Amino acid sequence: MKDIVQIRWHGRGGQGAKTAALLLADVVFSTGKYVQGFPEYGPERMGAPITAYNRISDNRIRVHSNIYEPDYVVVVDETLFEAVDMTKGLSPEGAIIVNTARGKAEIEKELRGYQGLVYTIDARKISIEALGKYFPNSPMLAAVIKVSGVMSEETFLKEMQHSYEHKFASKPTVIEGNMKALRLALQEVK
Amino acid sequence: MSIRERLSGNEAVAIAIRQINPDVMPAFPITPSTEIAQMVATYIANGQVNTEFIPVESEHSAMSAAIGAEAAGARSLTATSSCGLALMWEVLYVAASSRLPIAMAVVNRALSSPININCDHSDSMGARDAGWIQIYSENNQEVYDNFVQAYRIAEHPSVRLPIMICQDGFYTSHAVENMELLEDREIKDFVGEYAPESYLLNSRQPLSVGAYGLPAYYMEAKRSQLEALKNAKQVTLEVAEEFARLSGRNYGLFEAYRLEDADYAMVIIGSTAGTAKDAVDKLRAEGKKAGLLKIRLFRPFPGEEIAHALKNAGFIACMDRTESFNGQCGPLGAEVKSALFNARLMPEVINYVYGIGGRDVAVENITSVFEDLIRIEQTKDAGDRYRYLSLRE
Repeated sequence: MKDIVQIRWHGRGGQGAKTAALLLADVVFSTGKYVQGFPEYGPERMGAPITAYNRISDNRIRVHSNIYEPDYVVVVDETLFEAVDMTKGLSPEGAIIVNTARGKAEIEKELRGYQGLVYTIDARKISIEALGKYFPNSPMLAAVIKVSGVMSEETFLKEMQHSYEHKFASKPTVIEGNMKALRLALQEVK
Repeated sequence: MSIRERLSGNEAVAIAIRQINPDVMPAFPITPSTEIAQMVATYIANGQVNTEFIPVESEHSAMSAAIGAEAAGARSLTATSSCGLALMWEVLYVAASSRLPIAMAVVNRALSSPININCDHSDSMGARDAGWIQIYSENNQEVYDNFVQAYRIAEHPSVRLPIMICQDGFYTSHAVENMELLEDREIKDFVGEYAPESYLLNSRQPLSVGAYGLPAYYMEAKRSQLEALKNAKQVTLEVAEEFARLSGRNYGLFEAYRLEDADYAMVIIGSTAGTAKDAVDKLRAEGKKAGLLKIRLFRPFPGEEIAHALKNAGFIACMDRTESFNGQCGPLGAEVKSALFNARLMPEVINYVYGIGGRDVAVENITSVFEDLIRIEQTKDAGDRYRYLSLRE
């Protein structure tokens, strides 16, 4: 693996892209690595495009700037293709992961000739099936773990179980749904 | 024993506050510092601290209440940003000249207008002459460590002045990164109980606070206030030494990074110092002698020490994250140039305004500053000595 792995998230305010980036930092931290997870805010309103970032490394991370040449891009909301150049600076050795119900061939048309790998996942379908509601961030988190290989799936599921038990201590019923969303996402990202 | 953690800068400050368990926290919310008061309020609701939280109607009231509480004999603090700090202006001076060691977590953000929630240093730089001690932090570890050391410096009998612990809005306040916490007991022992020598609630020693200062004594009051502020320099070093024994982490008045033999030096404050260290390493790998001086203590300004540390550098870039509207320098540029002049040093100094209103600064941007310095040496043409970095033109 490279010395530093950089991930850029694209979503809209209120969809949880920032939360997903912070969760990713959290769960990768548990493997002993150095992590960063941070948002870049535009206008503070629901639905505005927001960007969030992760850096992951075996060494201490000193840089405090946004990420311009990511290894992975995660698109939480595909309607942003019209407004944002998603693959800008994206490494051709890396990958883009798109939350969509559309086929990969259709998504590739949106990518302005990007040469790297393209993955799709229907986070809406998974979330509705597992949780009965649309929360895309858990499936997208699982997808980025699988595609990037920054930690093993087994450790990821174990740590997420632990983290949900802590986070949802007062409503344990949602833990199983979230775990199901993660497992489904690990199988279905392609 | 240290605890390995991953936290945001705001969480780091809130945890330091929980571990210190101060007496009174009046606060009014403003982005990006709001989370600090929010988290402390949660600790209070959970019974983890017995701090008295005062929800006030403005930042002016927050600082006024902190002044009242501190004068009464309570260890007090607040947190703010940007326009919130600006609204405190009048009473910041009252806190300092009444010699009240209040601690304030400042999460640096631009001032309006245009309205902007993002990072720059205009807020605390505007307050630099209010008589407060100012300490700046590069990352979450530093903001935690600095806050833990804050009361030890501020409450020291030879100082007794309020202190701002500053961090960069969003770049550290909202960024989760690795850091190490100390145990609650270690922090409590390190910070200790507050035992003010004189305070309003001491009925055996009646006291007047905020008295009128006639022309016959006003100057003497200011002069003794300056002496106290100057004492903060030595106390900062002593507290840092004790903190290093506890934590293993060393702090000084500033950090010199690959500076000793540097021909090209950058002087900078805050989170971009980390980015600049990556740039320095990259330039060093190419054989270019770049170095960095990161300010920790800005008030009082350790001018002699900084001039000494910069004595071998022929070309210096001073990085200001604020606009001073004087047309020739920013606050950091002015201080560094004064210090060099007083030490009879005459290097080439270029003053950059960078990153205001949250304009992002990447490693390449910092590298371009060093390349400017190298070009100035080669061409012997300094060009404009006050300039903007990464400006759209």
